[in-house]
Amino acid sequence: MAEAIITPHVEEPKKKAPAQGDETSLITGSEAIAVACQLADVDVITAYPIRPYDTVMQYVAKLVANGEMDCEYIVAEGEHSQFEIVKHASACGARVFTGSSGVGWMYAMECLTVTPSLRIPMIAMVGNRALDDPGAFGVEHNDALAVRDLGWQLVWVDSAQEALDTALIAYRVAEDRRIFLPCAISCDGAFLTHSQGIVKIPSRAKVDAFLPRYDRKDLLLHPDNPITVAPQANEDWLMEIRRGTAAAMERSAGVIREAYADFERIFGRKYGNPFFEEYMTDDADVVLVGMGTLSNPVRVAIRQMREEGKKVGFVRLRWFRPFPAEELAKSLGRFKAVGVIDRDFSLGSPYHSGVVATEVRTALYQSENRPQVVGFICGLGGREVTLPDVRKMSEIVSQAASGKPQPATQWIGLRE
Amino acid sequence: MATTDRELAELTHHKAPHKLDLFKGVKKLPLEEYFTSGHRTCQGCESALVMKLMVKAAGPRTIVLGSTGCMYVANTTYYSTSWVVPWMHTQLGSSGAAALGAAAALKALMRKGKFKDEPINVIAFCGDGGGADMGISGISATLTHPDYNCLILMYDNESYANTDIQLSGSTPYGAHTTFSPPGKTKRIMHHRWKKNFAAMMAAGHPTCKYVATVCMSYPVHAMNAVRKGLSIGGPTFIHSLDPCPKGWDYDPMLSHELGELAVLTGTWPLYEVENGVVKLIGKTRDIADGRVKRLPVRDYLLKQGRFAHFTDDDIDYFQSKVDEMWNKWVVPGVIPFQKHLDEDRPPA
Repeated sequence: MAEAIITPHVEEPKKKAPAQGDETSLITGSEAIAVACQLADVDVITAYPIRPYDTVMQYVAKLVANGEMDCEYIVAEGEHSQFEIVKHASACGARVFTGSSGVGWMYAMECLTVTPSLRIPMIAMVGNRALDDPGAFGVEHNDALAVRDLGWQLVWVDSAQEALDTALIAYRVAEDRRIFLPCAISCDGAFLTHSQGIVKIPSRAKVDAFLPRYDRKDLLLHPDNPITVAPQANEDWLMEIRRGTAAAMERSAGVIREAYADFERIFGRKYGNPFFEEYMTDDADVVLVGMGTLSNPVRVAIRQMREEGKKVGFVRLRWFRPFPAEELAKSLGRFKAVGVIDRDFSLGSPYHSGVVATEVRTALYQSENRPQVVGFICGLGGREVTLPDVRKMSEIVSQAASGKPQPATQWIGLRE
Repeated sequence: MATTDRELAELTHHKAPHKLDLFKGVKKLPLEEYFTSGHRTCQGCESALVMKLMVKAAGPRTIVLGSTGCMYVANTTYYSTSWVVPWMHTQLGSSGAAALGAAAALKALMRKGKFKDEPINVIAFCGDGGGADMGISGISATLTHPDYNCLILMYDNESYANTDIQLSGSTPYGAHTTFSPPGKTKRIMHHRWKKNFAAMMAAGHPTCKYVATVCMSYPVHAMNAVRKGLSIGGPTFIHSLDPCPKGWDYDPMLSHELGELAVLTGTWPLYEVENGVVKLIGKTRDIADGRVKRLPVRDYLLKQGRFAHFTDDDIDYFQSKVDEMWNKWVVPGVIPFQKHLDEDRPPA
């Protein structure tokens, strides 16, 4: 690939003073991502209010007001403009951040659609929220999942620390010239956006060592590089361009792996397998699979069940796009049955399951070992996933493991 | 304590805009073109002329963002782009957001020392559908940001001309479009009056320093409007009326003449609002000052197939609405409020 012939970039100054130690702070998931934006020296940020994601923008606004962050902070007049502003800013060479929730994210859908094929490394926070109507502020994953086919990299986090770390990793991966695809960081509404955790905030020097400056290279929109971006391609070329976007997504898993390895080396925090996290799976007979903060009740319930001698484990999926199909199939193939907890719905889909259950079944189909998969729809609209819910789901999966047929999809925690 | 303009500029890190001198006549124009071969617009397309002269006026250090419409579809066929300057597509309703995004990026990157600090123009354009209909919210928002230097240009061919000539909020009363065909029981399917868009942008955004209407039948004025819009600082707006042979249904050789007739009949007033001061331009000013008599709208309407179904009554109605613009509006041709008569005053 040709490097840009001329670029207006001013050479990056030499790295600053030696690394200071990490600071520790009690902050919410939203605040953690705002801090990540500050550390990453983001250039253009656009805000528009919708609960629960907008808390991140409230923190950004304070950082800007207090002179602790130097960026163009723009309050847009709607999500459509919010995402278009940063799309064009990114095309012009700026590191950008934005975000939304629920129907706000859907209002921006046209912009979300074009961003991957424009190869814009936009980072967005999705504060997962139910899609109105009926109105609900609570978490549901259908908002972020709506872009799952479009070329967005999608990652779910379950703690404020992971939110901060993943935001830095997302910039590193998205802005890699091999990728240049947007990435949405999903944080469960309320359970993470508004819940505090103790977070180690790394020094700017460490972040600078991990995260190079965004360089748009040959795709920069600038008078020094007078290209025409997003022309009318039609049937002549559209398929080749689409294939290019697909190839970038196919490269993404490798670049994510590199980024986590570097992250571990520079920050000293280990995430192990970047794509999913396993909890008490070594000797498990059955496992539950899920995304986001339902990991908290699931872990607690599993510890309780372990005390009762039940061999249950948990697999928390982080990266949904790219989907770690082979690796996940290999891991899940070890168990007798798998229960997938979806905090989303996919009406009319195979077995009327949630989105994740369908993907897990697809991943397992080519696998030699194909455990039974039971789908659960649980915790919609911010309803709490309780310990009895988790025990009930584990029980159903254990029944499936012992050969008793179970309905393919079950709604859990529903009023009779 | 009141904030001064200077303090506001410091607060928002406002960057001084590109200073572009006005052209002193058609013979003084530069020879260089930045919108050249490669496009496939219709014969007689005035909007293509808008693109060509807009970027000729702005010069090579310009980023152009174009929202969906004729001037996107016809001008940027893959591998045969007509743009010499950097160009990027933006979504149909996003010209305002596109201008803001590019201007914000340049401002941040130059301030933070990541890019060389130099004047670069940002122009976003939209058609009347992308602007006056779908894009109004984004354009309006951008015009309230005094700290970003950018120009939004709306080329108004009075219909969604790229998608088969459907009516927009900017289509004149009664016009035959594919969404408003005259029929057996309804002769007039489109009975809404054209939005008074430029004045709406000027009146609604008191900190926007420059709004102008132009028509490419008066090209030097139009080019100077672009240069003023880019030089004055902050976001600015230009509304261009573009005769469209396909949408208006006339012989392509008449494009220039129809533009003139739009102005001479008083249907399309040329004016600019600079720092809050309204100035009527050229023939429009002559009309307002009584030096030139307005031509009847019949001369303009009946040259266009889209009004071929008009009866004398329809033409009279159209004429009466245009007369209203000139005889009753508080700022003739610009601001459509009517003067308050003494007897209408509420009792003290």
